[in-house]
Amino acid sequence: MITANNLLLMLITGLLAGILGAVLGIGGGMIVTPILTVAMGLDIKYAIGASIIVVIATSSGATISFLKDEMLNLRVAMFLEIATTIGAVSGAALNGVIPKAILYILFGLLVLNSSYTMIKKLLGKTKDATTQAVQGDTLAQKLRLDGSYYDKATKKEVNYQVQNVPGGFLMMLVAGLASGLLGIGSGAFKVIAMDNIMKMPLKPSSATSNLMMGVTAAASATVYFFNGTIVPHIAVPLSVGVVFGAMLGSRIMQHLRPKVIRIIFIPILLYLGLQMILKGFGVNI
Amino acid sequence: MNKQEMNEIELIIGKILRIGVIISVAVMIIGLLMLMIEGNGGYSANQFPTSFKAIGQGLLALKPDAVLMLGVFLLILTPVLRVVVSIYAFFKEHDYLYTYITTFVLIILLGAMIAGYWIGR
Repeated sequence: MITANNLLLMLITGLLAGILGAVLGIGGGMIVTPILTVAMGLDIKYAIGASIIVVIATSSGATISFLKDEMLNLRVAMFLEIATTIGAVSGAALNGVIPKAILYILFGLLVLNSSYTMIKKLLGKTKDATTQAVQGDTLAQKLRLDGSYYDKATKKEVNYQVQNVPGGFLMMLVAGLASGLLGIGSGAFKVIAMDNIMKMPLKPSSATSNLMMGVTAAASATVYFFNGTIVPHIAVPLSVGVVFGAMLGSRIMQHLRPKVIRIIFIPILLYLGLQMILKGFGVNI
Repeated sequence: MNKQEMNEIELIIGKILRIGVIISVAVMIIGLLMLMIEGNGGYSANQFPTSFKAIGQGLLALKPDAVLMLGVFLLILTPVLRVVVSIYAFFKEHDYLYTYITTFVLIILLGAMIAGYWIGR
């Protein structure tokens, strides 16, 4: 039975996960799962079911305002969605072929390596907000992936070019595999693919990741819905909180300087990477 | 296609998506209010409806948990709605490459969701 206290706790947890998820373009499962399992003593099985719904709620809540403010890149999203959905389906099909412990460690190392790249980017001289004068990528031009957005923090229209499309596509396959196999990293890997590999600015990367992760999560959500691992008394108050949090977060994000977003992102990535590697060794945090 | 047309597409998708999200959140809030008022979900402890049939019957009996599950299901459908509307919007803007790309995404997505239904039920 649900108590008024639990209900409030889940609404607030959802609200915070939604804000953070919308700002960073991540699913928020890694924030919600520890609270549900450690603080509320819920079985990990039900926590995973709730996380899937939280990802969809973050995505849908954030996408509303990102679309209105033209922050996200719809072509990049749809093109890369081919890779994430194929990855997610293959991941689900491959379930059990490779031991999960090894997968957790491999994906964890990949996340840690990406946070190292992010730190280098933060300390480096290349500024996020300014337009980089790079030569166009022919594949990106053929697919018309280049875009622009209005940065409310610097009050400037930022035009950007997308690079290394095959590399980004490959990373999105990995992102799909990770979420299909382990149900994790739904957004983090997508931001990494766009920001680190395809050299998109951080804000449209985060906004586009928000749009995409809902589609990827929906692909695997029906299994959890029909096998009873999505518990309504938990998933619903969380989702309501998340939707409002994500709507708020997507507004906050647009006023933050890209550097600030990156400073929040790096410890979250380090935490995610560590969480995954520890899980590989059988430690849940 | 220029940027202005792309922005129009995004506005159309944004509007329809907003309606979808509002509906699913409204159903969930109604369900939560019913749960608070009645004090229980209308099912025995740790039980809740997970099949279309059980949810439908629960809705007719005005059981809170059935309303909550309907809200969750509607929320799961919102990303599908986003893809469907994108296909229409790209098609309307004569962007056939992206009409195909997005249709392909929809096919994989629906395939995965239907497979999930058969595996999960």
